[in-house]
Amino acid sequence: MDEIPYVSIENISKIFGKVMANKNMNLTVHGGEIHALLGENGAGKSTLMNMLSGIYTPDSGSIFIHGKNMNFTCPKDAIKAGIGMIYQHFKLVEEMTAKQNILLGQNNGIFFNKKLEIKKINDICEKYQIDVDVNKYVSDMAVGERQNLEILKVLYRGANILILDEPTTVFTQSETEKLFKIMRKMKEKGCAIIFISHKMSEVMDICDKITVLRKGEAVKTVNKENTTPKQLAELMMGRKADLSINRVDKEPGDILLEVSGLVVLNAEKAEIIKNISFSLKAGEILGVAGIAGSGQRELCEAIAGIEKATGGEIIFEGENLVGKSPRDIINKGISMSFIPEDRLGMGLVASFGMVDNLLLKDYHKQQGIFIDRKPVIEKAKQMVEKFEIKTPDIYHPIKYLSGGNIQKILVGRELSMNPKILIMAYAVRGLDINTCYTIYELISQEKKKGTAILFIGEDLDVLIRLCDRIMVLCDGKVTGTVSAIDASRENIGMMMVGHNAEGEVI
Amino acid sequence: MMHIVKRSGISKIDNFKIRCISIFLSLLVLGIFLIVIKLNPLEVYASIVKGSFGSEYSVKQTLIRAIPLIITSLGISIAFKMQFWNIGGEGQIVMGAFAASFFALKFSNMPKLPLLLIMFCAGIIGGGLWALIAAVLKGKWNTNETIITLMLNYIALKFVTYLQYGPWKDRNAMGFPKIPSFLENAVLPDVFGINMGWIIAIILVIIVYIFMKDTKKGYEISVLGESEKTAMYAGINIRKTMYIAIFLSGALCGIAGVIQVSAVSRTLSAQVAGGAGFTAIIIAWLSALSAPIIVIVSILFAALLEGASFVQTAFGIPEAAAQLIQAIILFFVLGSEFFTKYKVNFKSQGIIGGGNKNE
Repeated sequence: MDEIPYVSIENISKIFGKVMANKNMNLTVHGGEIHALLGENGAGKSTLMNMLSGIYTPDSGSIFIHGKNMNFTCPKDAIKAGIGMIYQHFKLVEEMTAKQNILLGQNNGIFFNKKLEIKKINDICEKYQIDVDVNKYVSDMAVGERQNLEILKVLYRGANILILDEPTTVFTQSETEKLFKIMRKMKEKGCAIIFISHKMSEVMDICDKITVLRKGEAVKTVNKENTTPKQLAELMMGRKADLSINRVDKEPGDILLEVSGLVVLNAEKAEIIKNISFSLKAGEILGVAGIAGSGQRELCEAIAGIEKATGGEIIFEGENLVGKSPRDIINKGISMSFIPEDRLGMGLVASFGMVDNLLLKDYHKQQGIFIDRKPVIEKAKQMVEKFEIKTPDIYHPIKYLSGGNIQKILVGRELSMNPKILIMAYAVRGLDINTCYTIYELISQEKKKGTAILFIGEDLDVLIRLCDRIMVLCDGKVTGTVSAIDASRENIGMMMVGHNAEGEVI
Repeated sequence: MMHIVKRSGISKIDNFKIRCISIFLSLLVLGIFLIVIKLNPLEVYASIVKGSFGSEYSVKQTLIRAIPLIITSLGISIAFKMQFWNIGGEGQIVMGAFAASFFALKFSNMPKLPLLLIMFCAGIIGGGLWALIAAVLKGKWNTNETIITLMLNYIALKFVTYLQYGPWKDRNAMGFPKIPSFLENAVLPDVFGINMGWIIAIILVIIVYIFMKDTKKGYEISVLGESEKTAMYAGINIRKTMYIAIFLSGALCGIAGVIQVSAVSRTLSAQVAGGAGFTAIIIAWLSALSAPIIVIVSILFAALLEGASFVQTAFGIPEAAAQLIQAIILFFVLGSEFFTKYKVNFKSQGIIGGGNKNE
């Protein structure tokens, strides 16, 4: 190709301690191209992007931006060179307005030329059709809006190379579509976009070229037209992939959990769960779908006793759980396992090693005042083998492990409790395809054993293929419960925004 | 151009190097200061060492100073592990000392052993309850423990001053505002020439180490310090755990108070804590809240304090200058903490190179 590529990475390597995070990596991205980076957790995507955005310095190899050899020493250099990184976790100041966030840290002398700046911002908004209210406070913004602001911010700083690191992880279908519209617009205007994602369908939808990474190496770059999701998955894993979810056929048993008229208030005393009723049978997977923030988290926490229910009943084996403490709920032989949305903030202790994290649900069952770590050490060793957890040793603080390994520890611990009811919220968030399917398989096995499973999911395809029934939440209410076999994405999507199963607005 | 990068971790050797460099630099800066006030730095440094470890007497004095520092730091470290910022060690020492003094003065004719045991129990309860006030206020109304514990310090100090001038004033002191000295049976005996507080300190170090590492409560405290949500999720009773931990924290400070009042000052006064409650905060941090390291850091700290006061008398310099010596060394040692967490890179310019690829 004659034109100078926007980004050209040549033979880049980066070593952390003994781990070769990137090995002779090559990547070329042209203007007007959306280029996907696909790879499992720990394949080296983030390392590569962090080098491109100036956070890490490569050990060897070179980076060319618009044909110029670059030697970034800090993120500022990369921004100057026109690289804009959109992180998975937004870097915005909540207490400021969108405008203040955009202008923050820009050296424009002592005074702002407000009119000029605002005109510039508005021009960008118009050019790329980004919809952001510049006077709105970030704390009042939804995730989709915040991301638009992030994009606007880097464009304002003159970026024409955009890196999006798993941008759709916490997005709903419609938010994702909005993002894609902006991305296409940017592509039209000649920007180069690097898109990191785990979601195969999105990659196939939006990207032109796809580079697959595996174990720190760039395995192959393919054009979208010449590939299939199956081929990509195989490249990613380095072996034949089985991307099917086998719904285990099992006749559901007795009702284990009966929730009726549940009401939960949030900190502002507003009803966040408004009169929810449902039942869950042994050996059944009940999926819960809904736009983020429709009350999924509160529902899980109310059942686990962490969030107080102000009304209604949660009957488990004839006993009302409302008003019982989390310890009571664990102690009464009610083996309820709960994988919260926020793994490190709630389910696990970031600075502890595997052993102490496995202790978390077990230690109180031991006799006396002392803790005996021996059985847990054994358990940890077995778990490392069984789930192929990659950790230097079982005492290594888990915050240094990759997301997939952290999730395996959490799921492994919960499953090892042999729960009667398993509550999983966003169990596969941020995980690579391989780990996702491992976890789906584990869930199916639990179902076979007769465990009742409440599965809070995001990917409608997965919900439809994995669950027996799907309950749809909207604004703290159940808009409908459908049998997964009869469900369609459209149908569930309508219910998520407040229509009932027959398509009427409630 | 210079920029600061967060370290992902630090090896023990690098850590040690940074500490050594910081001490070396502090001595260098201090040297300049000493030359300015016309003293020979090398002589001064030699006398700091001599004053703290030079003779059997000075070693003993250093260790006597270290005992309350060790015990108070242990107490502070339990609270800090839970991210409960107990900066009220000073007040808890004073209240522990007050409770012990009550028995030492009012039941002075009791035999030695039971009296001392009662004094220790009283000190534990006095210090523990004083700390518990802040914990209960936080548990009930979510008050800020930093401010409450700090304020409780002043209340405790003023309370003892009141006793000193008022109800407990020594009638035989010819109008001098002091509380009567303890009788011999309220004084902690010496073992190997040092008050037996050192044995208590060693036992407490071992107990706290095992408590934090191998007991359920210790584990719960660590989990709670890490994340309240995780603690709730695991079914830990947050308030109860907080109350127990803070009572223990205050109780340890109280024990330090008993030792000070019984073995060192042999009477109660507002100066009984002598800043140990505040110094302990620094020690606990520098020791990364680890009980064995607290012992080492406390002894070094005590040596610095002891050495500086020796220099003050040996060279006839004002107290302020002696304090400056401590301050400069502390400044560098604490400052080095930053360099163990962050790395500073020096680069001449932002974007180096720039050979055009297509030319």
